[in-house]
Amino acid sequence: MSILEVQNVNKSFGGLKALQNVNLSVEEGTIHAIIGPNGAGKSTLLNCFIGKLIPDTGTVNFNGQSLLGMKAHEINQTGVSRVFQTPEIFSDLTVYENVMIPCFAKRDGSFCLNALNRVKSEAEIHDKAEHMMEDVNMADKKDMVASSLSRGDKRRLEMAMCLAQDPQLLLLDEPTAGMARADTNNTIDLLAEIQNKRHITMAVIEHDMHVVFSLAQKISVLAQGTVIVEDLPENIKGHPKVQEAYLGGAH
Amino acid sequence: MFDKFQNNDRMLMLFFIFLVLAGPILLAPFGAGYPDLLQRFCIFGIFAIGFNILFGLTGYLSFGHAAFLGVGSYSAVWMFKLLTMNVIPALILAVIIAGLFSLLIGFISLRRSGIYFSILTLAFAQMSFSLAYSVLTPITNGETGLQLTLDDPRILDAANTSGSLPSTNFFGLTMNSTAKFEFFGMVFQFNVGFYFCAVMLILAFYLAMRIFRSPFGLMLKAIKTNQNRLNYTGVNTRPYTLAAFVISGMYAGLAGGLMACTDPLAGAERMQWTASGEVVLMTILGGSGTLLGPVLGAGFIKYFENIFSKINENVLHGWFSFLPDGLEDLIVWVLHFFVGKGWHLTLGLLFMMVVIFLPGGLLQGASHIIDWIRGKKQSSSTQISNPNSMPAE
Ligand SMILES: Nc1ncnc2c1ncn2[C@@H]1O[C@H](COP(=O)(O)OP(=O)(O)O)[C@@H](O)[C@H]1O
Ligand SMILES: [Mg+2]
Repeated sequence: MSILEVQNVNKSFGGLKALQNVNLSVEEGTIHAIIGPNGAGKSTLLNCFIGKLIPDTGTVNFNGQSLLGMKAHEINQTGVSRVFQTPEIFSDLTVYENVMIPCFAKRDGSFCLNALNRVKSEAEIHDKAEHMMEDVNMADKKDMVASSLSRGDKRRLEMAMCLAQDPQLLLLDEPTAGMARADTNNTIDLLAEIQNKRHITMAVIEHDMHVVFSLAQKISVLAQGTVIVEDLPENIKGHPKVQEAYLGGAH
Repeated sequence: MFDKFQNNDRMLMLFFIFLVLAGPILLAPFGAGYPDLLQRFCIFGIFAIGFNILFGLTGYLSFGHAAFLGVGSYSAVWMFKLLTMNVIPALILAVIIAGLFSLLIGFISLRRSGIYFSILTLAFAQMSFSLAYSVLTPITNGETGLQLTLDDPRILDAANTSGSLPSTNFFGLTMNSTAKFEFFGMVFQFNVGFYFCAVMLILAFYLAMRIFRSPFGLMLKAIKTNQNRLNYTGVNTRPYTLAAFVISGMYAGLAGGLMACTDPLAGAERMQWTASGEVVLMTILGGSGTLLGPVLGAGFIKYFENIFSKINENVLHGWFSFLPDGLEDLIVWVLHFFVGKGWHLTLGLLFMMVVIFLPGGLLQGASHIIDWIRGKKQSSSTQISNPNSMPAE
């Protein structure tokens, strides 16, 4: 069953057609990679899923429910989380606080006036936040201010924040960009483990082909705003269209 | 010292209670131990603490909070006129009306953020100010201001036969009664009104501390650093900012109500934009986003306003009379711009210095000094690595 169903999505910025008749179908429980050269419209496509952009035409359905017209926080509350290309974290707060906020948002919903509770005495939130930080290997950095983290750590922090919400669909925009080889491999392991243990569906934009082919069960190739191929990984590698549009230049 | 407080709210609270309650003794040597000024410290302290819940936590800079102060004063005086001279009903009404009023203004202004939000709040406050002078004169009594009269109904109070205006009280304890003690040639004044305001200040501070430490407070801080991320984390930021706005409006209403309790009249000038600006200065000067900072800023401004605005040219001539006449006149001529009515010039300069050299406010300055003294004793290896952290927060 497909959890995310995207049909005929178009988006233009002025004269630039960033997305043209994009169709995409993400199967529940799978990792679906979206690849394509820079400027192909990959990030723009994700923006259309999370309420950041509204497509000019087309439909985006999540679990059979249209996401268009919903506010960003409503979309998130239905179970869609996103890791951004440039880390979006709470830079002035500590790593620990960064992770606690999505835990609160998950438990308390989009608004809760709990002004007289103490953060200190919220045991379940603390447990969950501690766990999340151990999962991404950041337990030792929990008291650091987020702005002082390295780029790779910021990204892992953002991933922990998204995972803390137990999303049904996790959107990842170049999760390993700016990471060292070892961290990239850790991230591959982490994502594989998330899929196996938590059965979270993922849509991953990725440039690193090592990451793509280690993880993806399905790949969509985007070029100049259109999906040129959507197929299984083994069929993508030798596909002539892909060679031409994407791998061709690199090889 | 401040770092320890950070982890120890109980210590901070006890320290604060001690400072406030001992105010009449501690401040007497500085010429600030008289009830009128001490009350103002408390009232503006409350105003600034409330303002800081909005500005310090969420980063939304309101330029219209004096409107809520004014509304609080009017509500309280109406309660004195119609119901009773007891301060409790007056304060309750002041807080409720200011809360409703800020709900309305906040609901509209918070549709925008940044400078547009600031301008909207300023516009609303100025509108309230002009309305108080014009259309609303039946409620505000226009330029004269709202005052008590002998034939006010005061339905809960016994008939007034004394022929003079009754005074505000807390279940019979008159607000303006003062006990004076002389000790080593110094006069210490313990005033009921001050202690009432002091208790309110302590409660206001305690509530602010609870909010700072709550999940709600954490969300407000998150709004300040990255509102987008919070939206994509499933949080609807609008009700949070609105709640913060209303809470700070209610603090302002309480402060306005207390002003009327210590001196039962209300005028529209309390709602003017300069009054809104003053609370911004207090908060930033003391250290926005910190717990103690705004109170410190309020005390600092009110204290120096009191000192500087009392100095006039005669006083200056007295100080510099030892200099030759020409030089004396020159110095007095220069300085007279900075004192008396020109005190705002001094305040402006002080504010600029603080913003440029101590972006974290006076509280940051204080912790720098403490660290520096400590640093002389210890090695610098224990320095905290994070320069952005706010002291005592
Ligand atoms: N908000 C925007 N306004 C105007 N143009 C945009 C905007 N966002 C993206 N674009 C343009 O759309 C195209 C696709 O961008 P993007 O989706 O970021 O590509 P990528 O596949 O590298 O993530 C680019 O040409 C980019 O300049
Ligand atoms: Mg991109």
